[in-house]
Amino acid sequence: MTETATRTEPERVEPDSETVLALRRNWGPPIAYLVLGLLALLVFGIFAEGGKTATFGLSTRTDAIQLDPLAVPAKPTSIVLAVGCLLATAYAFWLTSKGRRTPLWLPIVFGILFVLSFLSWAVGGAAISLTGLLQGALALAVPFIFGALCGMVGERSGVINIAIDGQLLFGAFLSGVVASLSGNLWVGLIAAPIAGVMVAWLLAIFTIKYFVNQIIVGVVLNVLVYGVTNFLYGSLLGPEQETWNSPGKFGKLEIPLLSDIPVIGPVLFNQTIIVYVMYVVVAVVHVALFHTRWGLRVRAVGEHPEAADTAGIDVNSVRFRNVLIGGAIAGFGGAFFTLAQQGIFSKEMTAGAGFIALAAMIMGRWTPIGAVFAALLIGFADNLQSVLGIIGFPIPSELMAMTPYLLTILAVAGLVGRIRPPAANGVPYIKS
Amino acid sequence: MKLELRGITKRFGSLVANDHIDLVVEPGEIHCLLGENGAGKSTLMNVIYGLLQPDEGEVLVDGKPLSCNSPSEAMAAGIGMVHQHFMLVPVFTVAENVMLGAEPVRTGGLLDLETARRRVREISEKFGFDVDPDAVVEDLPVGVQQRVEIIKALVRDARVLILDEPTAVLTPQETDELIEIMRQLKANGTSIVFITHKLREVRAVADRITVLRHGKVVGEADPSAEEAELASLMVGRAVTLAVDKQPPNVGDVVLDVDGLTVVDDRDYVVVDDVSFDVRAGEVLAIAGVQGNGQTEVTEAILGLLPKATGSVKLDGKELLGRSVRQVLRAGVGFVPEDRKVDGLVGDFSVADNLVLDLHDQPPFAAGPLFKPSAVQANAAERIAEFDIRTGSAATLAKTLSGGNQQKVVIARELSRPLRLLIAAQPTRGLDVGSIEFVHKRIIAERDKGTAVLIVSTELDEVSALADRVLVMYRGKVVGIVPGDTDRDVLGLMMAGVPPQEADKQAEEHPTLIEHADELLTKQDEDEK
Repeated sequence: MTETATRTEPERVEPDSETVLALRRNWGPPIAYLVLGLLALLVFGIFAEGGKTATFGLSTRTDAIQLDPLAVPAKPTSIVLAVGCLLATAYAFWLTSKGRRTPLWLPIVFGILFVLSFLSWAVGGAAISLTGLLQGALALAVPFIFGALCGMVGERSGVINIAIDGQLLFGAFLSGVVASLSGNLWVGLIAAPIAGVMVAWLLAIFTIKYFVNQIIVGVVLNVLVYGVTNFLYGSLLGPEQETWNSPGKFGKLEIPLLSDIPVIGPVLFNQTIIVYVMYVVVAVVHVALFHTRWGLRVRAVGEHPEAADTAGIDVNSVRFRNVLIGGAIAGFGGAFFTLAQQGIFSKEMTAGAGFIALAAMIMGRWTPIGAVFAALLIGFADNLQSVLGIIGFPIPSELMAMTPYLLTILAVAGLVGRIRPPAANGVPYIKS
Repeated sequence: MKLELRGITKRFGSLVANDHIDLVVEPGEIHCLLGENGAGKSTLMNVIYGLLQPDEGEVLVDGKPLSCNSPSEAMAAGIGMVHQHFMLVPVFTVAENVMLGAEPVRTGGLLDLETARRRVREISEKFGFDVDPDAVVEDLPVGVQQRVEIIKALVRDARVLILDEPTAVLTPQETDELIEIMRQLKANGTSIVFITHKLREVRAVADRITVLRHGKVVGEADPSAEEAELASLMVGRAVTLAVDKQPPNVGDVVLDVDGLTVVDDRDYVVVDDVSFDVRAGEVLAIAGVQGNGQTEVTEAILGLLPKATGSVKLDGKELLGRSVRQVLRAGVGFVPEDRKVDGLVGDFSVADNLVLDLHDQPPFAAGPLFKPSAVQANAAERIAEFDIRTGSAATLAKTLSGGNQQKVVIARELSRPLRLLIAAQPTRGLDVGSIEFVHKRIIAERDKGTAVLIVSTELDEVSALADRVLVMYRGKVVGIVPGDTDRDVLGLMMAGVPPQEADKQAEEHPTLIEHADELLTKQDEDEK
């Protein structure tokens, strides 16, 4: 009596009629690839001046294993690499005509080929150190990575954090001041996350407890931190630099064996303590977010807070805690500016790194690993322009300085595939 | 386990949602809580579950009072709840959803997904649920999602299970399956609180019935009570359950949809080669389980969805590819599915909401200027005509009750001459009085010679209004059948069974929910 005669279980039937295909095709990305690919072929290859050699150093002078510099004929190499770009483009066109989405590896492969083609052209007639290029890229990427992790921990729980830059800057400031006053870098390093948490606490209290718009509070906090640090810099850190602003910096720790690996060894394993902590933080956030009880709850709160609430999870305290954890991460990252890079605090020294971090987080689709690669890419582009400036590259450095931001816009606009933020991101949870 | 409520009172501002409610749910019984939309059923259940704190009164489990502070306390006391809007994280798998809040962990604090999967499988097999623990919830049909919700409660050893309007999203056949599940649970010793406003379900499944009206318990009834009796208890007056309507006076084809195909922003095909027409003076109802493309058909006609192809002709003129404004100007009235989001601007006054799509035309505008006096005059007229219960024309729309909000939307859409009226879920969440009113206005519009296209997931509404019924399943048209088609047949078609086949199956396997009287009598005879 109660049995049902038929029960068809769900499966999305995907009719592949011509009508459906036509609706699905998105020609945007393949056309963008085509334009860039042709640019590479024509500018870097065919119309480039011939007969030059591009030389890439693969070892630094102190390396245990010395590799000979790689010298390639610039023009033919650029052409070969550009043709590789165009092959990837053709594949993207073919996939799109079949109504299929391009896989994630395609933009990555395309990007690498394009950059190498560009490098071969730009370096033609000169020499640069590949290791140095990568070292610089990582150094620039470190604050982006800390910042992106900070944003991610907050946004995965549904709180948008625009104040990352302020948290980085305050971490940089306090770590520098505390290290100077105490005369101990390690004490300064402990002060950094506390500074980040202080800013984060303000963000949390206003957005979670009083439901003030998250974007507005974030912007205001940035301005607040700029104001406070500028004021103190002007009245204390500048005039009495000896007492207040002379922290010094951490030396590099070389990890035996690992640092001897050619090319990447000196890049990854001859770094300051802050960078090693970063490796750990990335791994911990990844595991915690996807493989622990904490992470499951955080993601539930960010996707569907009502569901989390009915499962007995206190939504707003999860969010509060996450914003503070994020603050600690960003604050710690801020110490990199003062205690690892400059050895001194200077005005607004983060230079908007917190905003780039936000973009790296989005580009990395709210995953730690993705964000690391996005941050490295941006760092690479950033570093490239200064390296090329040194070897006398013809394009004005101001234009080149735009590349990281252009990359960010392209990525966020969907060239790396559809981006899906946590569903409840930015939506306050108010119980009736 | 015995659940007892004593004098529960819950107020929201001046509104008393629950007024001194006493209720006892005995161990192993199916207790129906019957009441109209807005009677306070869901509020009461949220109090029991710890989501809302009562202003007065207490909840006792086996004689021990609960503090009603948090769902975790309710769960620990053995209370489980299946919410009307599912509390499932769409991007999580079934196992992840089930474990959320009570996660098994391995050493080192890592999630133990294997244990979670095993628990899902155990319960799934015990009750014949057929749920894959690794399926992602957003890919599952609503019927299966509901079973995931039940598993979620059972994993935590719920001894009292609250089901809040669980049949709203189900076909009659699925409802029968749910009833079977409820019986198994009952046989297992679980008490069930079953909340609904559908009379036929109550009679099919309840051991006891408590009726709620305006936040008060107005009586208890026996499952053998007549439907009309339950209805009058629930509404407080005698109700006519059917809409009074004459046979349609059908004219020419007004709307001609041919080969309409729509893909959504995830590139899924949501409307697949749909063709139909609607003639002047008839009501065509699109029936189907929520999420089978009905909404997208109406939105595509209106021009809201960019990725649509095919042809949509109004009086022979193509609408597809035109802007929403042009479509509205061509004489299409649109009552959207979610009045709060798409139908009204909550922070605008009733008067402004009544001219949302007319504000730039005379008499409401003169050149670039807006004419408040004309807007006020229009508001006064519409409020009287449609019996909109509002403090004044300046009252904010969001403060009105659902029924009155819907009246504002309908009043606005009917205030210009229409060729076609599209109404999606026109009575969702409304009380019986408002439902009657809305249905009457829709039929009146039909009788003026307008073509009417209704989307409804409620078979009651489809049967009440439709001259013809188009059933959709997974974006496709299953069939177009006359308005008086047997509800079991419609139910089967809603699960994708073609019309003739559905006829046959419905004959062979009538559902309990639609044929309670005949089947129960037959059972009695068999026993003799």
